[in-house]
Amino acid sequence: MQCCVCKEKPATVHLTQIVGEKMQKLDLCEDCAKAKGINDPTSFAMADLMLGLGASQELDPSAGAIEIKCPRCGFSQADFKKSGRLGCPECYQTFAEGLAGLLKTMHKGTRHTGKAPEALRKSRETGDRLKLLQKKLNIAIETEDFESAAALRDEIKALSGAIPTKAAK
Amino acid sequence: MKDLHQFLISPSQAAQQHGPNDRIVMSSRVRLARNLRDFAFPGWAKKPERVKILEAVLPAVGALPEMTDSFAEAMDNLTALDKQVLVERHLISREHAAKNIGSGLVLNREESFCVMINEEDHLRMQALRPGFQIREAWNAIDRLDSALEKKLDYAFDNELGYLTACPTNLGTGIRVSAMLHLPGLVLAEQINPIIQSVNKLGLAVRGLYGEGTEALGNIFQVSNQMTLGESETTIVERLEKVLSQIIEHEENARQTLLEKKKKVVFNHIGRAYGILANAHSISSKETMNLLSLLRLGIDMGSFPGTERALVDELFLTTQPAHLQKQISDKLSAEERDLIRADMVRERLKDVSRPVTK
Repeated sequence: MQCCVCKEKPATVHLTQIVGEKMQKLDLCEDCAKAKGINDPTSFAMADLMLGLGASQELDPSAGAIEIKCPRCGFSQADFKKSGRLGCPECYQTFAEGLAGLLKTMHKGTRHTGKAPEALRKSRETGDRLKLLQKKLNIAIETEDFESAAALRDEIKALSGAIPTKAAK
Repeated sequence: MKDLHQFLISPSQAAQQHGPNDRIVMSSRVRLARNLRDFAFPGWAKKPERVKILEAVLPAVGALPEMTDSFAEAMDNLTALDKQVLVERHLISREHAAKNIGSGLVLNREESFCVMINEEDHLRMQALRPGFQIREAWNAIDRLDSALEKKLDYAFDNELGYLTACPTNLGTGIRVSAMLHLPGLVLAEQINPIIQSVNKLGLAVRGLYGEGTEALGNIFQVSNQMTLGESETTIVERLEKVLSQIIEHEENARQTLLEKKKKVVFNHIGRAYGILANAHSISSKETMNLLSLLRLGIDMGSFPGTERALVDELFLTTQPAHLQKQISDKLSAEERDLIRADMVRERLKDVSRPVTK
């Protein structure tokens, strides 16, 4: 097995991390492990969670060459590591994958349940309702309850038509 | 341009503001972080973009009915001393005081609302209330925010809520906090276990000026840390519960001290009075810590006829920028210590020695 960082030397340090529900595996050679400061796996995990985005993103082979940058504001992961702040609202989309684990450790949940701007409140409620209907539909299909499934499908169709486009404002 | 010093409520008026439980809860605050959809966050935006944001936000906030006759100004129009005065009044953060071009501030006449523009987020709006009134503060800032959302296009995501520069503020963008005076718990050496158990509930305990500051004058700030996954009212209610418990612990600690360690308490109060009433040079830090004991003495009935407001006023006026502002000449730290001692002696001249029975 090759080291996933330098892709030259054989990997002798194998690291498995569970961040939230996601498992991440890293195979490193001794030199790269040292360079990344991985002597104590727990401190590595902590440092990673504290300092920035998920390990998998950072060490992703393809990400090594092309760093992810926010298409809107040009902010990069390295910038986030430095400041702990993001560049613009759209960065939350750009770095969504890496942020997911971080948010889980930081907050009570990962979904906003509080106030919403009034203009969006309605579409937000509709969205919630749609999700619930979709779940019910899946169950109906699984249990081959086709009568309910048809009714649910119609309701979903009617409701989706009611959602205003995102760029409404 | 309005003169900040003339605009601000005088320290004696500020000290006269009363609220429920204010012998322990000095003030309540709820802050919301908001950002505009189409702009980079202040820490990443270049100067022209920040100026553009400020030019859009400042008039929008200033035009709110709550902000009639407000002090609305760009930070670069304020002197370093003015900014420091605002920090000492707890109206702006230390971070905001360091800002210049492209940042601003809107403060209403009653000093019950203060909006920081381009601090860490485009908008940091706060409602402030004397005493234990976090629910009232939340209701007030909720109304202000709802009025403002009609004028500004907020960055909001259906899953993640209000988008903020730092992921720690994501979701509700709310920080509910109260400033507590806890000399009883400190003297009874119960403060550390209390802080630890409050931390375990996901709440932060900080010093007088927020993040990374020490608890001068036995004053602590308790606030929520998590902002995503719970509604604002859930957070406010949890804070209310925890704060009520801390108040009870502080009252109990004071009671127990009086019953079991009377000499220790009177020794502290008496020495604090002795130094404050007689010193000829005193630092701001020592003043704060001794004023805290004097405040405790007033609460315990050791200074009949003296009101807590006297101490609360001195808490403000003895701080470096307030002191500097009263004296026109530029003062060195040593000179300030002399003037501070003169001022405290003068104010305590009619306060008799503590009654210890």
